[in-house]
Amino acid sequence: MNRATMEIILGLAVIVIFVIGTLFLIPSGGEGEEGWGGADGGAADLIDSTGYEPWFNPIWEPPSGEIESLFFCVQTAIGAIIVGYFFGYWRGAKGRKDE
Amino acid sequence: MHIMEGYLPIEWCVLWAVLSAPCVIYGLWRMKQMIQQDRRVLPLMAVCGAFVFVLSALKIPSVTTGSCSHPTGTGLSASFFGPWVTAVLGTIVLLFQAILLAHGGLTTLGANVFSMAIVGPFVAWLVFVALRRYAHAGLGLSVFVTAAVANLVTYTVTSLQLALAFPADGSILTAFIAFATIFAVTQIPLAIIEGIICGLVAKYIVRVKPDILKKLDIIEDAEIEKIQGEAA
Repeated sequence: MNRATMEIILGLAVIVIFVIGTLFLIPSGGEGEEGWGGADGGAADLIDSTGYEPWFNPIWEPPSGEIESLFFCVQTAIGAIIVGYFFGYWRGAKGRKDE
Repeated sequence: MHIMEGYLPIEWCVLWAVLSAPCVIYGLWRMKQMIQQDRRVLPLMAVCGAFVFVLSALKIPSVTTGSCSHPTGTGLSASFFGPWVTAVLGTIVLLFQAILLAHGGLTTLGANVFSMAIVGPFVAWLVFVALRRYAHAGLGLSVFVTAAVANLVTYTVTSLQLALAFPADGSILTAFIAFATIFAVTQIPLAIIEGIICGLVAKYIVRVKPDILKKLDIIEDAEIEKIQGEAA
């Protein structure tokens, strides 16, 4: 195996171990449904506790968690398609040149 | 790092928007100029922008606080194109999230752009230049550090912005520590993950499409050969 492949496998392994290890070994910062909450929300809670009232509400909010995850997936998909398209294109073009 | 809609007093919203707007406008101009000079940079710019899309959508659990947060993905673009173009790319993503996901917000857009799309990438870019030019560090390592710095600085700036607007018992420092505990500490493991991904991707791009990076003065022939040799 060449060094490039090894680097990629090692990098991915570190990430997977980090994420999975975190979920299984570390106690969550919250209880039950609250567990593994977002840091953005954590900051908002801290601000709420000072008695501050938000003065503006989002013009549109995803009506449910499902719809929210839909738009997160759309966001990732847009990005992933563009990255994949050009990586494939560059790799293919390079292959033709090498032949 | 998103400051939620309405969670920043109006005078701060205005201040951050006024500071951010010129940077984004200058970024647009830079972007146009770069593309006019050589259209071949366009695909790489698209890939860097797409990276911000992908990475900032991934909520990753963090070892340090038991909560989730997301990488910013701006490190790759900051390394290759500098902070101004990155300001534009980051703003696009923040707008998408503010409008469709109610993450961040239109009133807080200026503040969020300032932290994620301007200061984070700017400091990271300085680090990248210093590493490449003065420390002669390899590209993979440099991008790794740059991406991690972009991520950490972004969250530090967010904490500072909130501390300035909401001093705890009149002390900005106490408030900063409280917000930084929520944001910046959560971010440390994520910064490392982000760094690994960006470093690997940068090296992959050198292997398949080195000429754009060479054109941008990011890398020279000797290092291209070395990095390509690792894949042989």
